Amino acid sequence: MQITSLTIQGGLDKSGNAELEAVTVQSGDICCLVGPTGSGKSRLLGDIEWLAQEDTPSRRTVLLNGEKPGRGAREGLQGKWVAQISQNMNFVLDMLALDFLEMHAESQGIVDAKEGAHKVIDCANELCGEPFDAQTPLTFLSGGQSRALMIADTAIFGKSPVVLIDEIENAGVDKLAALKLFSDAQKIVFLASHDPLLILLSTFRVVIRNGGMSQVIRTSEAEKQFLVELQAMDARQMELRRKLRAGIPIV
Amino acid sequence: MNAQETRHPVHVVTVAGPPSSGKTSVILRAIQTRENQGASCGVVKFDCLNSLDTARYQEQGIPVLAGVAGNICPDHYFVTNVESCLDWAVQSHLDLLVIESAGLCNRCSPHLKESLAVCVLDCLSGIDTPLKVGPMLKLADMVILTKGDMISQAEREVYRYRVRKVNPKAEVRFVNGISGQGCHRLFESWMDSEPVLTLQGARLRFTMPTAVCSYCLGETRVGKERQIGIVKTLGT
Repeated sequence: MQITSLTIQGGLDKSGNAELEAVTVQSGDICCLVGPTGSGKSRLLGDIEWLAQEDTPSRRTVLLNGEKPGRGAREGLQGKWVAQISQNMNFVLDMLALDFLEMHAESQGIVDAKEGAHKVIDCANELCGEPFDAQTPLTFLSGGQSRALMIADTAIFGKSPVVLIDEIENAGVDKLAALKLFSDAQKIVFLASHDPLLILLSTFRVVIRNGGMSQVIRTSEAEKQFLVELQAMDARQMELRRKLRAGIPIV
Repeated sequence: MNAQETRHPVHVVTVAGPPSSGKTSVILRAIQTRENQGASCGVVKFDCLNSLDTARYQEQGIPVLAGVAGNICPDHYFVTNVESCLDWAVQSHLDLLVIESAGLCNRCSPHLKESLAVCVLDCLSGIDTPLKVGPMLKLADMVILTKGDMISQAEREVYRYRVRKVNPKAEVRFVNGISGQGCHRLFESWMDSEPVLTLQGARLRFTMPTAVCSYCLGETRVGKERQIGIVKTLGT
C-alpha cells in the first residue's frame, strides 16, 4: 500500500476537552509539533506510530490516505511503516560503518549493497561536516556523526513512508539539508522540536497544549524571512564551533 | 458430574526469552492495559534459581504462582507442571494465563502446540542473538523486541530482518516495557488467541534434552570414570 497522506483525527486533551478536529500531512510535507516540554508532543508521535484507533488515552484516530486502516493492515504495517529518529537513540553494534550499512542494505533488499553503503556515508558526511571514514566503528561516531548517519540511512535506505523525529537539534548537523533529504524522498515527516530554525523550515506547525492539538499554523512567506537571519546565525555558530575545535583563535 | 463440562476455557500464552530481556515488564504492562476489558489475568513464573519477579506481579494485584526448578532441568520442570498451572488458572477464574519461563539454556523451547507462543528478545543484546536462542525463537508465533527505543532505526530494521530469517512466520513487534508502548495491542492479540480447556495430551513444540548422564544425577567430580550415561565429547 502506498501511503501519500496521513490524517490525525482529534481526540481529547489531558482535561478531557476536544482538541482540533483533524490535521492532515501529505507526502513531502514537514509537520512540526511545538509546545513546552510535557505538553504531549511525544504522546502524539506515539499515537501515530501505533496507528491509534481511539484505543489510546488521547482517543485519537489515525487515517492513511483518508481511510481507517483495517486491523489486518494495522498488524501488517506494525513496526515497518514508521522510521524514528530521536536524541536518545544510539548505534550500539560493534561493527564498522561500512559493514553495518551493507548489512542494512541487504536486509532492505537493495541490490548493490556496497554502492548504497558508500552513498549513505557520503551523504552523512555532507550533513555533519565532520567527515568519518567508512572503516570507522559505529560506536566511535560522535553525536553529530551518528545523527547524520541515522538521517542519511533513513532517507536513502528507509522504506517507511513516515518519519518521526524527536528533538535532533544541537547535534552539529546541517538541518536544512537533512529536512530537504526527507521531503525530496517524499516522506511524511513529523518533527517535535524547540529549535526556531527547524520550526520555520517546516511546512506547518501544530501547537500542542495540555496534551491536545490546539492550533495549526502554516509557515507564511513573512515568517520565512526570518529564516535568512536564523540560517546566518546557525552558519556563524557552526563556523565558530569549527574554529574553536580546530584551535584557531577567533579574535 | 464431568469436571470437563464445568471448566471454562482459558487463553494460555507461553512467554520465553533470555534473562533480563524484559519479559516481566512487558507482561506487566500488557496486563495493566486490561482494565476496561475486565478480563481476569494471572501469571505463572518458572525460574531456575530464585523468583525475584513474583513480587512485581503481586504489587500490581496480579495473581501469580512461582515455580523454582532448583536442581531439576527447568524445561522438564515446566512440562511436568504445566497442566496443574492451567488447573490453578481455572480455579482462580482466570481468562488469561501467562506462563513466563526464564533463563533456559537456549537449547529448548517451553512452547506448546496448543497455546500462543511468545519469544521476548532484547535489541541491546547483540545482532547475533536471534541466531543463538534457537527453538524458543524459531518456534514462536510472536516475537517481541524490547529496548528498541535505545538503538538506531537502521539497527532495528536489521534486528527485525535477522529475526525473520530465523522465524519467517512469526509476527514481530517492537514493544516498550517501560513506557508500555505497544502493550495494549499486544494484550488484545493475546486475548484473541484460541482458548484451551485442557492441556492433557498437549504437545511440546520441541523435544526436551536427552539429559541422562551422571551429572544429571548430582555428580560433581570431573573425570572419565565419573561419566555414566549419554556423554558427548568435543571430539578434539
